[in-house]
Formats: sequence, C-alpha cells, structure tokens
Amino acid sequence: MIARANRIAGLVALILGVVALGGCEKPPQVTGQQGFRGTGMVDVRTPMAVEQALARNQVPAALPAAPPSGTKAGLVFQNVKVLGDTDVTEFTRLMNAMTTWVAPKEGCAYCHDVANLADDSKYTKVVARRMIEMTRHINASAKTHVAETGVTCYTCHRGNAVPQYIWHKAAPGEGGMTGFTDGQNVAAPVVGLTSLPYDPFADLIAAKAPAQAIRVAANTALPTGPSRSIKDTEETYGLMMHLSQALGQNCTFCHNTRSFYDWEGNPPRRATAWHGIQMVRDLNEQFLTPLASTLPAERLGPTGDGPKLNCATCHQGASKPLGGVSMLQDYSVLK
Amino acid sequence: MAMLSFERKYRVRGGTLIGGDLFDFWVGPFYVGFFGVLGMFCTLLGTALIVYGAAMGPTWNLWQINIAPPDLQYGLALAPLLEGGLWQLVTICALGAFSCWALREVEICRKLGIGLHIPFAFSVAIFAYFVLVVVRPVLPGAWGHGFPYGILSHLDWVSNVGYQYLHFHYNPAHMLAVSFFFTTTLALSLHGSLILSVTNPGGDREVATAEHENAFFRDAVGYSIGALGIHRLGLFLALSAGFWSAVCIVLSGPFWTRGWPEWWSWWLNLPIW
Repeated sequence: MIARANRIAGLVALILGVVALGGCEKPPQVTGQQGFRGTGMVDVRTPMAVEQALARNQVPAALPAAPPSGTKAGLVFQNVKVLGDTDVTEFTRLMNAMTTWVAPKEGCAYCHDVANLADDSKYTKVVARRMIEMTRHINASAKTHVAETGVTCYTCHRGNAVPQYIWHKAAPGEGGMTGFTDGQNVAAPVVGLTSLPYDPFADLIAAKAPAQAIRVAANTALPTGPSRSIKDTEETYGLMMHLSQALGQNCTFCHNTRSFYDWEGNPPRRATAWHGIQMVRDLNEQFLTPLASTLPAERLGPTGDGPKLNCATCHQGASKPLGGVSMLQDYSVLK
Repeated sequence: MAMLSFERKYRVRGGTLIGGDLFDFWVGPFYVGFFGVLGMFCTLLGTALIVYGAAMGPTWNLWQINIAPPDLQYGLALAPLLEGGLWQLVTICALGAFSCWALREVEICRKLGIGLHIPFAFSVAIFAYFVLVVVRPVLPGAWGHGFPYGILSHLDWVSNVGYQYLHFHYNPAHMLAVSFFFTTTLALSLHGSLILSVTNPGGDREVATAEHENAFFRDAVGYSIGALGIHRLGLFLALSAGFWSAVCIVLSGPFWTRGWPEWWSWWLNLPIW
C-alpha cells in the first residue's frame, strides 16, 4: 500500500518536473554586463530573442538619390504647405518613399485624390502633413534623445498606415462592487502581463505638464509631506514595464535599482530615456492630441481621443529603433 | 572549562571520517577533528582575504565594504586579485569552511550514534549558497554572475537581479520559497508557544502533558500532528524554503530570460477562459 502510494507520488513528481521544465528556456543564454561588476546589472536573453529582435528591426533600402532639378516643389505643385522649398525631384522621391513606408498596398490614393493631388479633403493627407512637421520637429529639437540618427516616417510606421504600437486613453472600468477593476488587476499586455494599472500613459505621458509625475520615490528617510499613493506608484511601475517591453530590455538597462531617486551609478542611457519621455509628452501634446478633431470616428479610442505615441511606437522591441541605423541620411529633407 | 558529570560518557573515541585518532580531541567544549582544523584554516584565510580586500578598497565602513565578483568578460577563468580574484578565492574558502562544518557535524553524529539529520539540514543551506555562487554563474559561463560579498552590496545585487526579470514576485519558485519561509515561522511560533504553554501553566499548577498539547490542537483545528510530527514538519518546511530559494534563483537567467510576469502567459492561454 505504502509502496504503491510512493510510486504514484514519484510519478506525479516526475510529471510535474517535466511540465516545469517545459516552462523553461534552454540554456546557455547570451549575457551582457551593464554596470560595475557584482551589481547584478546584467542583460540576459536567449540567442533566439537576439536574432528575432535583429530581424524585426531591418532598415529598408533607400530609394535611389534624385538629381536636383533646380525647381522648388511649391512652384510645380499646388497647396504644398510644408515642403514647398524642397527641390521637386527630392519632393517626389519623398512622396514615393512615404508610400512604401506608410501605405504600400493602398498607394498614393491612400492620402491623395489622384485626380487632384492638391485636394485636402482626405483626412489622411492632413494628418500626413502634420506628421511630416512632427518628424522635422523631432529631428531638429529632440537631439538629446534621437541624436544624429533621427527618425523618419518608417521609424514608427514600418509599412502600416497606423503604426503598430499606439495608445488611446482606456475606457473607464465597468462593473459594480464585485466587477470594478479600478483600471488594474487584469494581466494587461501593455504592462507586461502584470496586474499593474493598464493605462499609465494618460496620467504620465499625455502632456508636457502631465496629470501625475512619474517620480514617486522619496528621497528622504521619512515623509516630509503628503506622499503619493500606492496606485500612483504602480502606475509608474506600469509605465516602466511598458518602457522595458518597448526597448526589449530589463530594468537594469537604465537603473541601478539600489535607489531609484539617485542618478549616481546609473548608466548614462537613463538620461537618454528621460529625454525620450519629455519628447513623447511634447509630441503627444503638440501634434497627436490636437489631431483627434481631424480623424474619423474609427480612428478614435473608446473615450473619443486620437491615437498617441509611447516608447514602443518607435522602439518596437529594440533599445535603438531599427538597430540604430539612421535612415535620415538618405532623406535629409526630413531634417 | 568545566565539564558536566555525564558529558564524559558521550565524549567517545572514533567515528572520524578522515585522520583517525590524529585530530580526535576536544578543545574545551569544542570537538576538533580533521574538519575542524581544515574548516578553521578556510575560515581564517577567507576572513583575512576579505579584510585584505577591504584594505585595498575605498572604505572601512562595515556596511559598504564590498568584495565584488569579476567582470563577465573573464568568464570562468581566474581574474586579477583586485578585479574579482579575491571574490573567487573567498568563495573557495567559504565553500570549504561550510563543507567542513557539515562534515564535522557528521563526525559528531557518528560518535553519538545518532542520525545525520543535522548535517543534512545544514547541507541544504550550503546547497543554496553553492547554487548562487557556482551553479548559476557556471551555467551562463561567467563567475561575474555571482553575488558580491558586502552588507549593502549584496542587497544591491539582489535588487538588480530581481529587476532583471521585471517583477520577481511573479517567479513561481520564489512564491513557493517565500510561502515556505512564512510557514516555517508560523509553525515554529505555534510549536514554541504550545510547548511554553504546557510547561508554564501558571500559578501552582503542574506541568501539563503531551496529551494536553494534542488536545489543544484537536480542539482548535481538528487535528494534532503530534510531538514527533511537528519536528518532521518543521524540518520539511525550513528545508523547502531554502531549496526553493535556490531553485528560484537558478531558474532566473539560465532557464528564464524574460520578465517573470510573462512566464504566466501559459495560465492566461489555457483554453478554459
């Protein structure tokens, strides 16, 4: 009787062991050091993950350079409000490139009335114009984040009319006393399948003066005033989960977690990320939020706001979007 | 040091694993043995190396002294002494000292003719340390994955390694380990208070019996595990805590590279939802 029970227990243990191993990733892994030795600031990933991140972030070949014609686009075409000073051959080259970047299937007609290219009646054209302004704004004024690498339409769009990674303000939670989730506790993909609040963006990165500061860590041993709530703290944690996923990196890529308030002993890239957050807030406030009135209903979120950007919009799983390769060199008109 | 009258009865020759009669003696109350000598050597050398490292380091502040492992680039090779080599030597000394202590316990058990439960239990703690500083670094192939020896620095390491996997509380083995740690303290406090309650009944009343102990828990929760059983349970809980701690850290990195919350996607993907 006991022998039989032992056999059954052994079998159950064996099955559980095999199942548990099934949840593992096969060693050896690829590791990299991100801080002083022994601080545990290490990057660990499977060789497959490294390959996949590389494959997802390939830069498309640039269109052949266009010999300058000496004529400005504004003189050849009508209603060219932003790129009027561009040489017409370069202008046409950019239009072709934008088609392959943003609407490869739909072609020119996705934004233009092909019978009258100057016509502004399609909302997509109005948005595209604003997005060109935004691209130039980023390349000119956000060098603390994008450096000389810069961005083009492709950095976010990657062949999609709407970039794959965008966000809308989440719908307020439904349900009464038992079903009310208070915007959290649902294993949301946006916060890495944790129970953290699933819309950290609306409060933290929607505007230059956000509803709530990201910084929640105290820098004194005892509270000196009203402190931030646990939910606020978890929203910050949620945003950081998003950042981690967007960059395909763990927390120690930017933080020496021994003290979040302290910048000493942190990799310099934490400062790059900080500037990135300021940039995202600026872009959402200046460019994306105001576009909501231009967009049709199907492009709006559950609360009627337009699509906005976060870290994943450009980064898409890579610490440097497109592996840090600059496409801007070939399209200097976007500078 | 004075010896109690009955103590001599237990201080018998033999039972040694190595060295025969050579080290089979006591210094005051302490049994020596071969492993006592070797263990003392490892302990003194390791401690001296730590003091040397502190002397070469930037601070004598006890909290901040840090003997860090080498950079990852050294892989499994020896590193220069002040760039992680000290850590490697201290690790060897520590493993030597811990193992000697366990084997000295074995010799004492053999002298007394008792089971090897104590050295076995202590071996689980050594196993957890061995997993941390040998198994987990060797699997990805660099001693630099070990934790630094220092009061604050090892805490910083724990923090950063936790954040490598975004949210360590989602590590299933960590969950088990934490649960076992808490359950161990619960069981110990229940057992300790129960024993004190029957030996200190209050007033002039006589000390109560094991049947009182059993009756208390049968009344309270319907079951008493018994006088022997509670110690089996306590040992199981405590060793499980250490064992699953070792498992939870060896999984993190060698066998799992992403955030621990993501590991649970199998649960979210079950067809029952």
